[in-house]
Amino acid sequence: MSEPRRIAVSRDEDVVVARQIGRALATEIGFKGSDLTLIATAISEVARNIVVYAKHGDITLDIVEDRGRRGVCVVARDEGPGIPDVEKAMRDGFSTGGSLGLGLPGARRLMDDFEIVSQVGVGTTVTMRKWTTRS
Amino acid sequence: MSVPILRQGDVLIASIQVAQTDEDLRGLRDQLATEVGSQRAKGVIIDVTALDVMDSFATRTLRAIAYSSRLRGAHTVVVGIQPDVAFAMVQLGLDLGAVSTALDLDDAIDELRARRSEESRA
Repeated sequence: MSEPRRIAVSRDEDVVVARQIGRALATEIGFKGSDLTLIATAISEVARNIVVYAKHGDITLDIVEDRGRRGVCVVARDEGPGIPDVEKAMRDGFSTGGSLGLGLPGARRLMDDFEIVSQVGVGTTVTMRKWTTRS
Repeated sequence: MSVPILRQGDVLIASIQVAQTDEDLRGLRDQLATEVGSQRAKGVIIDVTALDVMDSFATRTLRAIAYSSRLRGAHTVVVGIQPDVAFAMVQLGLDLGAVSTALDLDDAIDELRARRSEESRA
């Protein structure tokens, strides 16, 4: 099994790099067509949040296993301002950054598992997983 | 990487070739805003066939291009959204609003032509 990949995220270009590496990793463990696009898109959303709100942070991509199925685990971590009201931030259409407000709630819909931990003044960590269907 | 913009008659064709950063997309938006005026374009076609991801920022930017071009007298058609990309956009809750779409370049040109003749009849 390969080592986790960590990608430093602070510029627009890093968002593209993170989603491309994520797609490659997901391809490696057998995800197909539309799942690859869903994973890449979810990574794009959480990576952009780092650039826009926290300025810098990182994304770690890893292969995980659970009861015979494999999955990809994406952890987006930053030490930015944090989210005062996580519940509100997870609602469609809520944004403080002038966006559509679909980034976080959208990413949750694209992945199987989604957890977010945020503390004001400390930072935000988003953990998401998607599983291959058991063969 | 900047997107080449071709001109055919009074239609501008922006053909995206590689993955776009947010900065690239902002550049495309600004470049098209300028060229719609300087070229007196009546139509804008944006070919996104090469994009493997259309996330919330890309969608919002395409919408901004189309709406602002409309205010300057040009109609925009987005062509070539890949099936997987379309599926991901729906899951994300994204849509292109009132922006026209077409399967490929030929359909987009047909649509712009039909729209022109409709407008000249009105």
